[in-house]
Amino acid sequence: MIKFLIKGLIRDHHRSLFPIIIVTFGTLLTTVLYSFINGQLNDLIDSNARFDTGHLKLMTRAYDKLSNQIPNEFALTGVEKLIESLNNKYPGYNWTPRIKFIGLLDVPDENGETKNQNTVFGMAVNLIGKNSQESERFNLDKSIIRGHIPEKPGDILISEELAKRMKIDIGHSVTLLSTSSNGAMAVQNFVVCGTVKFGIGVMDRGAIITDISDMQFTLEMFDGAGEILGFNKNKFYIPSEAEKIKFDFNNHYLNKGDKYSPLMLTLEDQNGLGEYLQYINVVGFIIVGIFLIAMSIVLLNTGLMSGIRRYGEVGVRLALGEAKAHIYKSLLYESVLIGIVGSVIGTILGLAITFYLQEYGIDITESIKNSSIIMSNILRAKISFVSFYIGFIPGLLATLIGTAFSGIQIFKRQTASLFKELEV
Amino acid sequence: MGDSQIIQISNLVKDYAMGKQFFRALHDVNLSINTGEFCGLVGPSGSGKTTLLNIIGALDNPTGGDIIIMNNSIKDLKNKQAAKLRNESIGFIFQTYNLLPVYTVFENVEFPLLLLKKSKKEREEAVMRALEWVGLSDKVNSRPNQLSGGESQRVAVARAMVKLPRIVLADEPTANLDAANSHNILQTMLKLNLELKTTFIFATHDEKVIRYLRRKVALSDGNVINDIIMN
Ligand SMILES: Nc1ncnc2c1ncn2[C@@H]1O[C@H](COP(=O)(O)OP(=O)(O)OP(=O)(O)O)[C@@H](O)[C@H]1O
Ligand SMILES: [Mg+2]
Repeated sequence: MIKFLIKGLIRDHHRSLFPIIIVTFGTLLTTVLYSFINGQLNDLIDSNARFDTGHLKLMTRAYDKLSNQIPNEFALTGVEKLIESLNNKYPGYNWTPRIKFIGLLDVPDENGETKNQNTVFGMAVNLIGKNSQESERFNLDKSIIRGHIPEKPGDILISEELAKRMKIDIGHSVTLLSTSSNGAMAVQNFVVCGTVKFGIGVMDRGAIITDISDMQFTLEMFDGAGEILGFNKNKFYIPSEAEKIKFDFNNHYLNKGDKYSPLMLTLEDQNGLGEYLQYINVVGFIIVGIFLIAMSIVLLNTGLMSGIRRYGEVGVRLALGEAKAHIYKSLLYESVLIGIVGSVIGTILGLAITFYLQEYGIDITESIKNSSIIMSNILRAKISFVSFYIGFIPGLLATLIGTAFSGIQIFKRQTASLFKELEV
Repeated sequence: MGDSQIIQISNLVKDYAMGKQFFRALHDVNLSINTGEFCGLVGPSGSGKTTLLNIIGALDNPTGGDIIIMNNSIKDLKNKQAAKLRNESIGFIFQTYNLLPVYTVFENVEFPLLLLKKSKKEREEAVMRALEWVGLSDKVNSRPNQLSGGESQRVAVARAMVKLPRIVLADEPTANLDAANSHNILQTMLKLNLELKTTFIFATHDEKVIRYLRRKVALSDGNVINDIIMN
């Protein structure tokens, strides 16, 4: 009997082609849209992790409280030992120190007079030290526009945009004015070794990057760091695992009475990223819901239309002794077949488009010129496990719902009047 | 079995709702039909022939009275039981053939056997035999739109006969056929009636059919006005 139905479906294009096209289209859009939003949020989370939050972050309680002021006077001390013990205790993670700072960058002319001055946001990271993965994390290889990565103390990277604005060339020497961890004035000369463009608005507008040892010296933070970041060695953020480490660490070291006691936070605890992660699920539901309803309505109508076309067939089948329930069931089987075929095609096409968007993306540099969120300038989709099945939910359900309701409409008519259609 | 009764119609009334009113299409019809009869409901258009045939075939419900068909009371039959009765014991032939257009001749004739869950081998044998009766063995793989009217109606006869039903109900089976084809079809049905003792009930006002009938039940405005049995 199933074979009989399939034959009918294949031979009657009216019955199969149009619904399959609708299902394919809806499934495709669902897959692409979901993957696209998934890509955005993943990208957002990934950029945040690499540039700011880590998968886990360690700082003092006081630093955490005032973290948006970058209070380096509350920085962690004894960092070398701390990192060593973190590496021993949580070997699945890479632990690395960072210092953030704010300062004035001063470009002197030949006479040592100020030629040009600009406020800068700086990050001191482990670039020169051994086994460092920071340059990889900042994607420096690909982000360098001119020059090279810092190789020795005194080297500094500045954003290409800033360099252009301040007319700084590679090899120029610049002076950084900042506040030391003791609250004193800190002055240090650097040599610009390269310029970078990350494709992330905030960083590109006016950031500088130095090796951590330089800033420890400049800001008088010997063996200190504002933050220690932990990155899962497999590169993925795993919420449950991070949560466990945070809980374990804070259990041992957190002292609520001591404002210098260290505190560990997960990625989700910072920058509202936890909410973003939940958002991704909600958005998935909403997309599926919208397409489910829209497709159901369209398919209900096509079902009704093809149903009218098939009154004759239904009448004959009844006359030949098929029970109403059996015919209804066979209509549902047909719809499931159509749903599967449409969903498979739609998902394959959707994944193909998603793959393209994953590899090439859409450039939105212009529209986020003034944004301060850490967000990349190229929107990319991301194929995840969910991308493979999410389209099937509206694809299959909509054909079933559409057929179920249009089928009921057909059978609401009296058998005899169905049969009457035959006499025309 | 010879003259044993197969259909007993008693005090049958059928009303059709027409808005708030109703239209009485059959008035108190009483009729008894025996196994192996080759009979016809004859009468002018609108006299109630199709209505009566549909109720006999359990496709429509009577408003009053009842039909006992092979010991089943039509008015008590549930949807599913009615389907089973049609499936096992009744073959339908329509004025407009009503073949399923997407299926081949073979598949159209095979369909009732699929519903009866016959094995592939049984189906194949029965379909080929039925197509032989109607002389269409060479058209097994044709589609309905490749057949002439006469051929289509012969396929419909084969489809009605393939399961060897006890009863065949034929509503204006020759209305769309020329004289030669009409005779051909009727000859075939007559042969099956004689060989297999299948009971045939026609609804018709076609003289070509009426000449073949061994019993003519005349209907007028929903009443049986005459019942002639030939010898
Ligand atoms: N579904 C219906 N609703 C209302 N009236 C109906 C319906 N079906 C049939 N009738 C009426 O019942 C009467 C009998 O109809 P029926 O179809 O049985 O006639 P018939 O003898 O088969 O005619 P014909 O030779 O034209 O096929 C007609 O007057 C018709 O208008
Ligand atoms: Mg009629």
